[in-house]
Amino acid sequence: MKARVTIMLKNGVLDPQGKAIHHALGGLGFGGVEDVRAGKVIELDLADGTSEDEVDRMCRQLLANTVIENYSIETVD
Amino acid sequence: MKSAVIVFPGSNCDRDLAVGFETVLGSKPAMVWHAESELPAGTDLIGIPGGFSYGDYLRSGAMAARSPIMRAVAEAAGRGVPVIGICNGFQVLTETGLLPGALMRNAHLHFTCRNARLRVETSQSLFTQAYSTGEEISIPVAHHDGNYQADGETLDRLEGEGRVAFRYLDDVNGSARSIAGILNGQGNVLGMMPHPERALEPAHGGTDGRRLFEGLLETVA
Repeated sequence: MKARVTIMLKNGVLDPQGKAIHHALGGLGFGGVEDVRAGKVIELDLADGTSEDEVDRMCRQLLANTVIENYSIETVD
Repeated sequence: MKSAVIVFPGSNCDRDLAVGFETVLGSKPAMVWHAESELPAGTDLIGIPGGFSYGDYLRSGAMAARSPIMRAVAEAAGRGVPVIGICNGFQVLTETGLLPGALMRNAHLHFTCRNARLRVETSQSLFTQAYSTGEEISIPVAHHDGNYQADGETLDRLEGEGRVAFRYLDDVNGSARSIAGILNGQGNVLGMMPHPERALEPAHGGTDGRRLFEGLLETVA
């Protein structure tokens, strides 16, 4: 089983990287973008029997910094 | 005095910090590799140096914060042993939870390497006691992720409890309330982005960092 963890900055946390991407898109002439937020995706190839609860603990202990980031877990069979 | 400097793969200010400890405090620190699980017995001062531990993978300081030695550092900090984290060391301390908040990408996105003017916000700490409250000093910064952020309640608490140690006088990286360095609740853990160990001798271009170490000498020696 695989788990895909998506990590995004919390709403309200300044995202300079997203801003830069937004600016660059504008520079390329793409005017139809209101806002850009950048995050990261981490794919875990899980051993049999690894629970989603365990993945949640991985997120809280290492993969995300919950001071500034939210995460979501999607399991893919 | 028995000081220790923690060394991670990718630390690059460990030797500068060791020279700082030795020059001002008078004895060589133990250089402690991240994979160790214990500090030398009797360690009474811990330095977490600048650099790019683990290549800044995942988040600056994130991997280092989970390395074996950091459990021993957290335990020592809990007993009141002074801990100073500089630059990447500050990032490591926030990632371990020894200090609140987080250090994010500089708001202007540039790596910033220059002297920064700071105001000493409190002399009521073992790290800042050799300065005067309100004094202006100049200390070099060199970072990409120095933009200190925390929620409003945390920021209010830091200010209310006198735990903002240093503030930038100019906008260096977009930090909330221009915070350059903070203390933990007990006052024995300091994290700061500027590098006092790079301002010890006239040949460094300034000596304003020296008194931080001299203040420690008064407390720890």
